Amino acid sequence: MTDVLSAPLVVEFPFTRSLGPVQSAFLTGLREQTVLGVRTAAGKVLVPPVEYDPETSAELSELAEVGATGTVTTWAWNHEPRRGQPLDTPFAWVLVRLDGADTALLHALDVPGPDAVHTGMRVRIRWAAERAGAITDIACFEPAADDGAPLAAATPHSGAFEDPLTGVTLPARLDYTYTPGRATTSYLNGLKERRLIGERCPVCEKVYIPPRGACPTDGVATAEKVEVGPSGTVTTYAIVNIKAKNLDVEVPYVYAHVAMDGAGLPLHGRIGGIPYDQVRMGMRVEPVWKDGNDYPDHYRPTGEPDADYDMYKEQL
Amino acid sequence: MSKQPVAVTGIGQTKHVAARRDVSIAGLVREAAQRALEDAGLDWPDIDAVVIGKAPDFFEGVMMPELYLADALGAVGKPMLRVHTAGSVGGSTALVASNLVAAGVHETVLTVAFEKQSESNAMWGLSLPVPFTQPLVAGAGGFFAPHIRSYMRRTGAPDTIGSLVAYKDRRNALKNPYAHLHEHDITLEKVQASPMLWDPVRYSETCPSSDGACAMVLSSRERAARAPHRPAWVHGGAMRSEPTMFAGKDTVSPQAGKDCAADVYRQAGITDPRREIDAVEMYVPFSWYEPMWLENLGFAQEGEGWKLTESGVTELDGDLPVNPSGGVLSTNPIGASGMIRFAEAALQVRGQAGEHQVDGARRAVGHAYGGGSQFFAMWLVGDEPPTS
Repeated sequence: MTDVLSAPLVVEFPFTRSLGPVQSAFLTGLREQTVLGVRTAAGKVLVPPVEYDPETSAELSELAEVGATGTVTTWAWNHEPRRGQPLDTPFAWVLVRLDGADTALLHALDVPGPDAVHTGMRVRIRWAAERAGAITDIACFEPAADDGAPLAAATPHSGAFEDPLTGVTLPARLDYTYTPGRATTSYLNGLKERRLIGERCPVCEKVYIPPRGACPTDGVATAEKVEVGPSGTVTTYAIVNIKAKNLDVEVPYVYAHVAMDGAGLPLHGRIGGIPYDQVRMGMRVEPVWKDGNDYPDHYRPTGEPDADYDMYKEQL
Repeated sequence: MSKQPVAVTGIGQTKHVAARRDVSIAGLVREAAQRALEDAGLDWPDIDAVVIGKAPDFFEGVMMPELYLADALGAVGKPMLRVHTAGSVGGSTALVASNLVAAGVHETVLTVAFEKQSESNAMWGLSLPVPFTQPLVAGAGGFFAPHIRSYMRRTGAPDTIGSLVAYKDRRNALKNPYAHLHEHDITLEKVQASPMLWDPVRYSETCPSSDGACAMVLSSRERAARAPHRPAWVHGGAMRSEPTMFAGKDTVSPQAGKDCAADVYRQAGITDPRREIDAVEMYVPFSWYEPMWLENLGFAQEGEGWKLTESGVTELDGDLPVNPSGGVLSTNPIGASGMIRFAEAALQVRGQAGEHQVDGARRAVGHAYGGGSQFFAMWLVGDEPPTS
């Protein structure tokens, strides 16, 4: 089997989030070194707070401040911190029930090794020096002395702060290794030789271009290679007047469906070599190749008479 | 065991807008769901299961809404599931929920669909930089514009038809308090003078980008008997799919859409949709899709759909009103748009559509499509329970 192509695909976007009243108070509170929970009808204080009671589904709005010290309820040792984690030295992931809270918050505990952490140990928040209204405003937790004193209860809090945070930006990034598969690899190898090579379905005998390795109608593998062209017919098109971020093309330009001679369905391309407002359905075109670009840069008129509509109406 | 009748006993929508910065996504879906519960006279414990739908994950970056939104939708301790079918998802989500009641699995199901387009960028979501491909055009408008040109060529429709649809839908939206676009100064001339984005698609003939949610409560006959308001009844529902591109695909009138409609009419005993159906909420994100779907869904012979639009048949006071709510052209939280169509059809047969009510509507169709004309979902609702 020939080598199949692969390449990195990075999907990255800074999603924005409106916070709503409860998350707004929680994150603004962190910025102000104040940890807020939310009290349910049953009297429980949930930290971090949620907008709706997980037990009764009721909307929650009664905020309460809890302590900056708490108790570890369970933990796991992280031997090898990764990029973006709270500490760059090995640390414990801990669930901490802050004093006055009924639920536990997930964070990092800065201790030298797993022997220095245990369920039930007392810890306190280490605040980040610079805070913006994010869970990372808590840099991590650190051990605290257990003085045996009774734990402080939560106290009511209005949730009001000056300059409240109402939205956050959450950049998301996914790193893929993308492999287009055998059929596309074969197609791209053809393009390098400036040939458009599809694959024929053994059942319906249609030639798929670009090939996908299988016929979507008959559900069988395609293998027989068939070169299409060298010319084709514009079956339909749009005149694009708005510039797309990922496209280095001057507008207006024509985006068209081109049925190459011998192909079972149209491929998509740009039309050039003719003013955009003179492009026609039925116009006969051929690919124009440019160095440094595997795909045809565009398709240009061949000068042949236009194809009759009946000849291409099945390939719009 | 035969199917159980399914009633739409509660409907809720948010006021659709460009950006709802005052609420989280949880707050947004909650608002629609709460309104649907109130309409049905129910509280959270009365719901047996929750079925949720949203647009493709990259459209707003929420990968597991069923997990994140369980609290907000009162799903704790109940079955909750999510449906994916691109732009048709709101319709197929409602159908999955409806089927749970029809099958006798549950008595009362809450179904919700949403999207907060302001938190992302659908154009970006549709244009990922996939290696070894050649970027040619960005966004849904560029993708669908050649199909519209094909329709115009096939039917010989005058090139003003699209503007008539947009002018009608934007005026209908003025009668719908939940619609996103309320263009009080809209004129046909303004629509026709708006810039061509992807010729033949003009700016004013494209859908907006909206934040919004829609929810419905679907109930068994027994539960519907206790509902405070008159329900709508599901007389037929179907989904069909086909590949985005294959040799022989009819991009103008996809076979899957025809089959979906035919299945719904068969279930509902409809033999002449043009005469027997009183109102249609169809998924028209670009104006020309009205005449295209009129043909695809069997309201007009092939090549004749545009004549219904041109002659005013699809106007609010015409004899087959299409998108009395203002449609997708006036409101498009993509993940919710299909469910809004289904819900608006139900509002019509319940007589609850307010100013955009079609007088005496007894049978209405809700329709959605998604992907590259790849997924189709449709239901037909009536003011009386089905007799068979």
